This record gives sequence, C-alpha cells and structure tokens, in this order.
Amino acid sequence: MNQFHTLVAAASLALTTALTPLTAKAETPPDTLIQAWSIDDIISLDPAEVFEFTASEILGNSYQGLVGYDVNDVSNIFGVVAEKWDISADGKTFTFTIRPGMKFASGNPITAEDAVFSLQRAVKLDKSPAFILTQFGLSADNVEEKIRQTGDMTFEFEMDQAYAPTLVLYCLTATVGFIVDKKVAMEHEADGDFGYNWLKTNYAGSGAFSIRDWRANEVVVLERNDNYSGDKAPMARAIYRHIPEASTQRLLLEQGDIDIARNLGAEEINALSSNPDIVIESGVKGSIYYLGLSQKNEYLSKPEVREAMKYLVDYQAIADTIMKGKVQVHQAFLPKGFLGALEDTPYSLNVEKAKELLAKAGLPDGFSVTMDTRNTPEITGMAQAIQQTMAQAGIKMELIPGDGQQTLTKYRARNHDIYIGRWGPDYQDPHTNADTFARNPNNADDATSKPLAWRNAWDIPEMTKMADAAVLEADAGKRAQMYIDIQKEHQMTSPFVIMFQEIEVLGRRANVKGFVVGPSFNDNSFKAVTK
Amino acid sequence: MALADTSGEGRASALRSFSVKAAKLILSVAVTFFGLLLVTFLIGRVVPVDPVLAVVGDRASQSTYDKVFIELGLDKPLWEQFLIYLQKMLSGSFGESLLTKKPIAEDIARVFPATLELASVAIIIGTLIGIPAGVLAAVRQGGLADQVVRVLGLVGYSAPIFWLGLIGLLVFYASLGWVAGPGRIDIAYEYSVTRQTGLLLIDTAMQGQWAAFRNVFSHIILPASLLGYFSMAYISRMTRSFMLQELSQEYVVTARVKGVPEWRIIWLHALRNAAVPLITVVALSYANLLEGSVLTETVFAWPGLGQYLTNSLQNADMNAVLGCTLIIGAIFVGLNLFSDLLYSLLDPRVRRGR
Repeated sequence: MNQFHTLVAAASLALTTALTPLTAKAETPPDTLIQAWSIDDIISLDPAEVFEFTASEILGNSYQGLVGYDVNDVSNIFGVVAEKWDISADGKTFTFTIRPGMKFASGNPITAEDAVFSLQRAVKLDKSPAFILTQFGLSADNVEEKIRQTGDMTFEFEMDQAYAPTLVLYCLTATVGFIVDKKVAMEHEADGDFGYNWLKTNYAGSGAFSIRDWRANEVVVLERNDNYSGDKAPMARAIYRHIPEASTQRLLLEQGDIDIARNLGAEEINALSSNPDIVIESGVKGSIYYLGLSQKNEYLSKPEVREAMKYLVDYQAIADTIMKGKVQVHQAFLPKGFLGALEDTPYSLNVEKAKELLAKAGLPDGFSVTMDTRNTPEITGMAQAIQQTMAQAGIKMELIPGDGQQTLTKYRARNHDIYIGRWGPDYQDPHTNADTFARNPNNADDATSKPLAWRNAWDIPEMTKMADAAVLEADAGKRAQMYIDIQKEHQMTSPFVIMFQEIEVLGRRANVKGFVVGPSFNDNSFKAVTK
Repeated sequence: MALADTSGEGRASALRSFSVKAAKLILSVAVTFFGLLLVTFLIGRVVPVDPVLAVVGDRASQSTYDKVFIELGLDKPLWEQFLIYLQKMLSGSFGESLLTKKPIAEDIARVFPATLELASVAIIIGTLIGIPAGVLAAVRQGGLADQVVRVLGLVGYSAPIFWLGLIGLLVFYASLGWVAGPGRIDIAYEYSVTRQTGLLLIDTAMQGQWAAFRNVFSHIILPASLLGYFSMAYISRMTRSFMLQELSQEYVVTARVKGVPEWRIIWLHALRNAAVPLITVVALSYANLLEGSVLTETVFAWPGLGQYLTNSLQNADMNAVLGCTLIIGAIFVGLNLFSDLLYSLLDPRVRRGR
C-alpha cells in the first residue's frame, strides 16, 4: 500500500509540473506595434521595383514622395518633399522646388539631386512599376535630359505631351516616385545598378519609420526614424509577423500576442465582432472584382448576351454572405473615391430580363461556357454563386480552377471564355483604370500592350480616343465629366461585368488607436498609432 | 582461413571490394540526383505558368517583360537552359531565386534550420513514445494496452494535422496558456539571441540565455508534439509488428526455457533484433519530417522549408523549387546511407556481407 501511495504522489507531482504554464500570458511591448499579415508577396523593398500590397504599405510608412494627398479627400493634393511646383505655359514641364531643411534617416539633407536621381533611377532600372513614369514619354535614353536638376533645390520634369496635371501628380504619389537617398544608394552601387541589389533588402529613405530587417516569410521590422521631418511616431518599433493562416491570426489577436490582424476572413470577423477587447475596422480600397467576357467566344460577343450576364449575378447576396463586409456593390470601372467615379448600380439579379435578352440573341436555351477561377476561397465562393444564378437562365458555366499565376497566364494569352478577376489601381488617378478597362490601341494577337480590354478582345477605337482625350484635359471638372461619360457607355456595352469594390478589414486590440486605412496600400499608415 | 584474412592479398581484395562498393554508391547517388534534377526541371518548364509573369507581375510594360525574358535565359533552347542550370549546381551555388534574386543556398540556409529543429524534436518525441508503446502493444497483444495504442495510433495517423494543430493551439495556447503561440520565439527575445546555428534551442543554450531557451521550448513543444504524435503513430505500429515477429522466434522460446527474466527477453533480446528494421522506419519518418510539413508550418507560422517550397511553387520560382528538391533528395539519400551504416553495426550478418 505504501508503494502505491508513493507512486500516486510521484505521479501527481509530475502532473503538476507538467501542467505549470511554460509561458505567462503575453502582452506586446508598449512601444512596439505588432501586426500579423501574410507577407509572402514581398520580393523587394526598392521603391523602383515594389508593386506588391505589403511592400507598398511598408514603403508608404518609411519613404516619402514629392507629393501626397488627403486620404479622406484625394482631390486635395499637397507637397511632401516638394514644397511647391509650377507648370510651364505649354503644360509639358513641371518645375519642382524641394522643401528646405528635410533629412533622410541617414542624416543626409534631401536635395533636388536626390529627387532627380530617384526618378531617373526608376526609369533606367525599368522594373514592373516603371511604366507609371515612362508613360509620360520618358525612357532610359532620354530621362537624363527630361528630368534635369536646375538648382540645389529645384528640378524640371518634362513630358512629351501636356498631360492633365492631376494625372502627373497622382502618378508621383505612387511608390515608384518615392525619394531615395542618393548618397546611401550609390555607396552600395555595383555594376551600375544604382544600388538596386542592395536596396532590394535595405533602406535609404526619409519616412516616419526606417526599415531595419526583412526576413522573407518571417518578419519585417521597422524602427522610428528620429530624423523624420513630420510628427515623431509614438511607436518606437513596428513589426509585421508573417502569419499565413487567418484562424491563427485570430487566436494571436485574442490572446494579445499581436496588436492588429490583417488577413481575417468573414468567419473570423464574425467571431471577433462580439469580443469587447477587439475592434473591427474597415476602409474602402480601390480594387475591383469583375468578370471578363472574351469577345473571341461566339456567344459572349453578342451584345445581348453581355447585357444578360450583367443581370445574372446576385450582387447583393454575394456581398452580404460570401464576402461579408469585405466588398460593396460597385458597377463601374472607376472605384468610389476616384476623380469621376460613377456610382450608379443599375444591375441586379433579374432572371426574366436575362432570359428575354438571351432569346433576343437567338439563344433561348442558353449555352455552355467555361470560367477560369483562381482557387482562393473568396474567388471560388463568388464563382460558385455566379454559376448558380447563370444556370437559372440556362447558361451552363463550368469552373476551371487554377492558381493565380496559372489563370493569369491563360488570361493574358487570351485563352479563356470568362475570367473572374480582381483589379487594383496602380495609382490614384482615373487613367489607371481607364487605361486598362476602356483602352485597346491594338486588338491584334501580337499587340505589345495587353490591357484588360485587349485580353477580352474588345475592339474599341472610339472609346480609346475618348480615354486618350481625358488624359490631356487640364480642367479637373471637365475631366471628371469625361470619365463619367466613358463609364456610362462602358457599363452598358462592355464585356466586363463589374461587380464589387473591395473593403479592407482589419481587427485591432481596443487599445491600439490611430491606424489609418487609406484608399491604396501605400496610404495605410501606422505613423500615428498609439497604444 | 581466419589467418588468410589478415594476409596482404586479403587486405588488397577487401580494399578492392570496398572501392568498388564506394564507386557504385557514388555512381548511384549521382544518377539519382541527375534524374531528380532533370525531372523537376522538366516539370517546372511544362507547368502552364509564365515564369516571367511571376517575376514582373501583371502590369509591367512589354519592354520590361522582354528584358526579364532574356535575363532568365528563356530565349535559349531547353537543353541549353538545363546545361546552364547544371553548371550552376556543380559550381556549388544553387542559382538565384527568380523573384528575390537572392542566392537559393542562402534562403535554404535560413529556412532549413527551423525545419531541422522542429523535425528533430518531433522525431525524438515520436521515437521515445512510439517504440515503448509498440513493445507494450506487442507484449500485451489483444489486451487493453494493445487496443489503446492501436486507437491512439489510428487517430494520429488519420486526423488531419491542420485541424489537430488548430485544436492544439486553441486548447494549450489560447485556453490553458501552457505553451506559447505560433512562431519560433517571442518578439522580446528575437534580437537578443544571436543566430549561430539557426537552431534556436542550441543557440540560446550555448549563449546561456535560459529565459530565451524556455521561450523557444514553449514555442516548439506544441508543433513538435503534434508532428511527433504522427511519427509515433507509425513507429508504434511498426514496432508492434516487428516485435510480434521476434517474440514468436525460437530463440525467445529457448530464452524462456532457460529462465531468462521476461523483461530481459523483451527489451534486450527481442527489441535488439527488431531494432534493425526499425531504424529504417525511424529514418524514413525523420526524412518525411525534414521535408517540412507545409500545413503544420502554416498553422504555427513556422518559417521552415515546407512554407518556402510551397511559396516558391505558387510563385513559379523554379530555381528555388529545384534547390529544395535537391536538399530533400539529399536528405533521403543521406538518411538511407546512415541507416545502412547502422544496419551493419547492429546486424553482424550485414557487417560480414553474408
């Protein structure tokens, strides 16, 4: 019996030891903002190359551009690194004056030399976002003469045409126009790369935070930049942790191991909304969800069929259920918040009307068609809902699942019938979306430019002219009206079923205040976050 | 005859047979790797994904696209691309990631220790529990212990790890607070530990940072236990069947007749003989763990090889995929050789080449 007692005692001792928590309940340090985000899309931190959502946001908080805009009213454009700018009488040349007394994080003063270097560099390196600058008639060969320094603090930016000033300024707010510390970058130059190989993983900016460390698929660490010219950031550090799984993010947020969760799904948002420690926040983003109907398909090229399909999507139901809180119904190619955005939503699910239109097109019994569908839960969910409503009018839609790169490759080769896609604007100006949805300069298979209108083989010489004219209209009011006119026609006739505008949703601990969700990712700001 | 073995002639012939064996081994390893590379390379090229698109994205202008197309050498014929790749491999560099332009070897050196650490802790847990459980099940064949081990094994083998991982986090991290959450180490310690080996348990111990060591341990214990549970399920089932086979052998009966205590028969005689095939089982389980479990790594935000490989695949970064394939191939070949070596140590029949 004694032995038995010893055994029990030993066992319970072992059990208690085992049950002692290995860790105390964690709280994040008070001067550090910790966010969970799927950051596996980052491939570079060089402003000349960055085009991904996460990296854009990181640069938005660590670099500065010549100009910026009010995230609540994007029509309010103001100077950041530039103190002011003048436009020449012929409208082709901007003269920028750099704000005096600003410094990079390195302590080097910001001068016109840095601005000229940054813009020339982006054009010469010719990475993915370079077109935002080269569309003004710049190329590696002419950029040195077109963007020229005229004084310590002044430089000129010359274009091939008199583009709308708003277009030029909005393009300069994109990350590709951010100002790089010339001295620091050139200290690390190798083989005439303007410091590109170094800057891919390092930092030479002047924003509120400096980038200290990036370990791919693991973490990005930013530190307060004490040389920043604006208000000092309250947080000493801001850290992104790569947490790919939404439910893991939710657990971490509930436990207080992170301050903000960035990739919550509808399910997690639902569950967290009743938690008093957590606040769900959202902001309208510029991305648009749409269906692209290939005009190479004999059925989809009929105007009545295109219109019928716009009546065969249950917009409201998808927004309320599958995409709960993460989209709003929007049916024109310019997202809400852009200059000249059309906010009419004339279409809703109407099977009878669609059937009438199909009968008019000589297809009273419908037809069969395929849709390339990216295999993410959200796109797949939407596609399945659309498949059901299409079937009500006799359209048999087969979904072809594939991963992002695969469906995109097929789409760009014009080998699809229908493509369900998401398009995010490249900069804040309406031209970014008009350029792709409403312009198709050459509909031939071997065209060099592949806008969405081309991918869907939609030949629109007239509309292309209208879009081109809008680019050169200097008067903002007139310009907005031109875009509204284009969108109205586009909404009726185009092979694009534009469905939703994205809403970015995040969950934060209740004590974390001041995170700004802006219209584009480089507007998302934690410069003023307190906790 | 025993004397003849020590003669010069005998030694020479032994040496000859050894060099023949070594040459055969090297050849078979080389052929294995070549085949592995060729197949992976071809699959990478057949996949209907445009690698240039993966690099430049959807928005780049045609001139940017063309520039990268040539940079990647895609204008050259397939065989030439493969030769260029082989050349890079032979020169020791694994090539550069198409996306980040970083050397693949550097990337792998960063992610592999995370997987190695997790897999090693997991296989230790799996083996330490799996083998005794298997022995117990064999000894008590048909009894309660056998049934319990069987059910535990079946659950471990069939429950989706993704789900088990989330449940584990929910219970042990969120509700009970016994272990730390996803990730390898708390942010607070992230920059106080210098990464020497990349194995954080070893790094923290070497630097005498015991608080950090405890933290790392509390991060690794849950995912390692889960992975360990999976290998335990397999190892215990295999141990049971090997042991049953051994326990029915005549030498066991003889030992019993001689009055050898039962524990000696089980743990010293039978297990020793069952150990030989068990080594392969454990080595293969370990190799499987070293590939990196994508799902476990995803749920536990573990920056290891599995996540890296999956991410590279999704981004059509074929250089990175090839690099990982090679590493995984090397792990399998290496562990196979290692278990062969152990075989010959444990089994005299193998050692003497009979």
